[in-house]
Amino acid sequence: MLDILLDILSWILLLGGALFLLTGAIGVLRFPDFYSRLHAVSVCDTLGAGMVLLGLMLQGGLTLVTVKLMLIFYFMVFSGPTAVHALAEAAQVSGLDPVEDDREDG
Amino acid sequence: MYAIATILILVAIAVGLVRAFRGPTLFDRVMAGNMIGTLTVLLVAVLGFMNGRPEFLDIALVYVLISFISTIAVLRVYVSRHDHADTD
Amino acid sequence: MQHLVDIVLLGLLMITGFAIVRMRSLLAVTMLTSIYSLFSALLFVVLDAVDVALTEAAIGAGISTILLLATVALTTEYEKVPSHRSLLPLLVVTLTGAALIYGTLDMPHYGDPNAPVHRHVAPDYIEDTPEEIGVPNVVTSVLASYRGYDTLGEVTVIFTAGVGVLALLGVHLRKRTEQPSDYHKLVVLRVIAKLFFPLILLFALYVLFHGDYGPGGGFQAGVIFATGFVLYALTHGLGNAERVIPPALLGILAAAGVLLYSAVGIEGMLLGGKFLEYNVLADDPVSGQHLGILLIETGVGITVAAVILIIYFGFVSRRPGGADAQDPS
Repeated sequence: MLDILLDILSWILLLGGALFLLTGAIGVLRFPDFYSRLHAVSVCDTLGAGMVLLGLMLQGGLTLVTVKLMLIFYFMVFSGPTAVHALAEAAQVSGLDPVEDDREDG
Repeated sequence: MYAIATILILVAIAVGLVRAFRGPTLFDRVMAGNMIGTLTVLLVAVLGFMNGRPEFLDIALVYVLISFISTIAVLRVYVSRHDHADTD
Repeated sequence: MQHLVDIVLLGLLMITGFAIVRMRSLLAVTMLTSIYSLFSALLFVVLDAVDVALTEAAIGAGISTILLLATVALTTEYEKVPSHRSLLPLLVVTLTGAALIYGTLDMPHYGDPNAPVHRHVAPDYIEDTPEEIGVPNVVTSVLASYRGYDTLGEVTVIFTAGVGVLALLGVHLRKRTEQPSDYHKLVVLRVIAKLFFPLILLFALYVLFHGDYGPGGGFQAGVIFATGFVLYALTHGLGNAERVIPPALLGILAAAGVLLYSAVGIEGMLLGGKFLEYNVLADDPVSGQHLGILLIETGVGITVAAVILIIYFGFVSRRPGGADAQDPS
């Protein structure tokens, strides 16, 4: 019983994570300017990757595989936001301005 | 199930690649490259489980580090060049 | 499913290749080259060539990208637009491509068990490895034991490359004026780099000593080791990195790796075997093989790490001079 529950949970996490990854990628393609695209990347890096890795961990069970997955998770949790931070900073230094909404509302 | 996840990630990689080609700024390309790195890591992990050989995770671990370091390297080169251009 | 992944990855590779040719911004091209390596490494994973995939990931996507970036930092940021189109190169390329495609017609089918490459020595290696060498990873046993000469040759080539770069760029001879640095501004990067640095080195050691069992070995470990120091140099400045690992020491280490490798070979001769025969290193042949493989992998790792750092420091310590000024407008 518990096995089946864990299995179902891991499938939900895996597919949900993959969906978030796809959502993030579409966001990267569709969002209007660089800074807003960064938000979409963060979805990929944290939520999508986290869910996929968690789903795989549930499949792996208590083995060396899970330890490695946790290491990957650890590296990703730190490297993703850091890379995005460095990107945003470099873009700002280079003088790239965010696109502001220039529609006149009422 | 793994197959569905694989296909979703492959589609995401393709979509990210479009952004890497379109740019328009260097940062967009670096950002897309970074995202493709993340997706590749996850794809390697999922493929490893799908083929029943999870020891592929070593490769995924190397990818995480490599894609992070190359992103930082591109940005450092860019920033240091442009700092020079400002001070000269 | 397998074929679908193959085809999609090959398609992505092709698209990336065309994009690299079309693009003019060299930094963007470097980024795409790294992505290209990632895709080809993925293809190796799908083809079950795990050791090659690890090498491609560490060297193709990692170190090559960093060295290319160090080179781009010394030149201009944009490729010059060629002033004329010449048809001759196109003709040559088309003919060569056609000849290569014609050549593939004679190649055995993908995965054909009767292909010559599977019938010559490969079955012997695969069958004999469990008894003779006793390591689970056949790739390691072939590279480090059966083909120990070849690997020694490769390490010597890498060492020679390091010597060449030292002779041309002379890392430690030139007195460098410290750049006005903005490293104090990189608080986040520095903290994260400090968090990662020990783990990267630990992981490199794991790849080195786990190469008998899983993907990995001296080459990959050396590259990962060097990547850790590159990260340190990127975030803490070249001066600090050179204080951690002085260039003079790197030269000694590069030589020491090759020396360790050949010393293992000569030790085998002294103990009554042939050059690079590990069976005589310990009481029973299999543990002798284990010891020999471990020692030479360590030697390979030391040399590779040292040479990559020599090349990196050599490139980065040359700051752009006047060649920088002609950005296209």
